[in-house]
Amino acid sequence: MSFINYASREINCKIVYYGPGLCGKTTNLQLVYQKTAPDAKGKMISLATETERTLFFDFLPLALGEIRGFKTRFHLYTVPGQVFYDASRKLILKGVDGVVFVADSQEERLDANIESMENLKDNLEEQGYELEKLPFIIQYNKQDLPNCTPLEELRELLNPNGVPDFTACAQTGEGVFETLKAVAKLILLELKKGGTG
Amino acid sequence: MLDPQHNSFVMYDEEFQRISAVIEKLLRESNSKVIFLVDKNGQLIASCGETEHLDTTSLASLTAGNIAATGGLAKLIGEKEFSILFHEGEKDNIHISIIAQRVILVVIFDHRSSLGLVRLRVKKASDELAKIFEDLAVKAAEMEKTGNADSPFAEITDDDIDNLFS
Repeated sequence: MSFINYASREINCKIVYYGPGLCGKTTNLQLVYQKTAPDAKGKMISLATETERTLFFDFLPLALGEIRGFKTRFHLYTVPGQVFYDASRKLILKGVDGVVFVADSQEERLDANIESMENLKDNLEEQGYELEKLPFIIQYNKQDLPNCTPLEELRELLNPNGVPDFTACAQTGEGVFETLKAVAKLILLELKKGGTG
Repeated sequence: MLDPQHNSFVMYDEEFQRISAVIEKLLRESNSKVIFLVDKNGQLIASCGETEHLDTTSLASLTAGNIAATGGLAKLIGEKEFSILFHEGEKDNIHISIIAQRVILVVIFDHRSSLGLVRLRVKKASDELAKIFEDLAVKAAEMEKTGNADSPFAEITDDDIDNLFS
């Protein structure tokens, strides 16, 4: 649920990066953080364990600029990917405006991707959302690794509805901004369509 | 209250002024340092006091995460919510409360105030704030019904959006 503030002429939207453990959600945010001009970003917060696994969420506020006199701000969140953190994942999805699913393209993670996608749908439904109606982007990450599932197969399994999708290597930054732009664009188009509702 | 998927939370000038007046009064009467209001989704709604050296965006997001986690705990033990949280530090303390099940009120105070005073003043301010948010919800619903929602985004073009990323 976006927040339109006529008093400060700002609009705030929430984007959640979802996906199985170690797929690169936090890496996506870190790269966005590194490559964004200082005046356009806030502090990145990571609530992680000592071994740098996400415990609750990562958070990165971004200011993209103005549209029609309104400052547009996007709040990027990641969820903890590990299966047993499901309760935390549900909390972070609250009020989401757009979702990026980061898939781990490695063959051995195929099942984990499918499981995480099902988990995303379940958790959204629990809060009264339908994935099909949300701005939604899929990113096939880790394309630089040798043991990737063929793209066609990933698409068939993870993207039956043909939402916009991108290949990526989050560590080098390939595909990261393309993904972010695509989801931001879908969210803004959704706002245009829906008005203030 | 609202369909989560197709609604925005809207703040208008008039209500923003009313809210600011209430939290500024609360700041004075409770002798506190900083006060801010956060939407349960982590969006900062308003703030006052010594905010210059504070990262209010991060504070807002972490507060919402905190409330969400505490709310999850409450459900697990069969409570609806824990409506007040209190964090005690060496110098500064944080008092967090939920208003009208929707908005989070955060008061940061030091030795110049006390938990008792903050609780007392927060209680009074909460009622006033709840009323304003109720009015706001009614107003937003009316705007929608009469088609006067007047979204600033209703007329944006693809070019506008592309320009953001150039």
